[in-house]
Amino acid sequence: MTSPILSWALPIALFLLVAAMVLCLARLLRGPAAQDRVLALDCMYLNGMLLMLALGIYYGSANYFEAAMLIALLGFASSTAMAKFLLRGEVIE
Amino acid sequence: MTPQALPLWLDIAVSVLVLAGAAIAFLGSLGLLRLKTYFERVHAPAIIATLGCWCIMHATLVYFSVMGDGLALHALLIALFVAVTVPVTNIFLMRAALFRARRTGENVPPNLSRTADDHVRDF
Repeated sequence: MTSPILSWALPIALFLLVAAMVLCLARLLRGPAAQDRVLALDCMYLNGMLLMLALGIYYGSANYFEAAMLIALLGFASSTAMAKFLLRGEVIE
Repeated sequence: MTPQALPLWLDIAVSVLVLAGAAIAFLGSLGLLRLKTYFERVHAPAIIATLGCWCIMHATLVYFSVMGDGLALHALLIALFVAVTVPVTNIFLMRAALFRARRTGENVPPNLSRTADDHVRDF
């Protein structure tokens, strides 16, 4: 990478995003109720998706877009299914 | 892929957008960890899904539009998808948390929807 500012900014941004995922993991492990854990997992999905986008800029490859899109899709489906489970006790009625 | 120098304005713009997005993601996760009750915590990740996601999305969009060939709008798809789906997930989670808080007899606002009441009574 031949850019002076971006080659400093991107590792810092990647570190911040991984630190954000670690904070979410702490809430996931500590969370007093089940809804706290689901919320933390949803937040981790969002952070992971942003990490994929930042990695795409870091490696200069557009292939990471598909990974980020998949993480967003699976995150929505799994979080909604778990919230539905908390609400009713079953996913599909 | 031959390494080519980025123009300075692109360097600065992408760096600022990516750093801002990552810092906002960090702050949102910090809020998720250190706020006291669930109904405070549920607000903290909203800033990741809105401002953080849009900052990093704009960085991706600008970077690949200038470095690749032509306008690269595919990152916009992710941000629009997140903008549509995150409120749905959050409303479901809030309803689940309220439902469970009422079950355990905590002091939360009562249920205003009659149909939901009937549904619960049926079970």
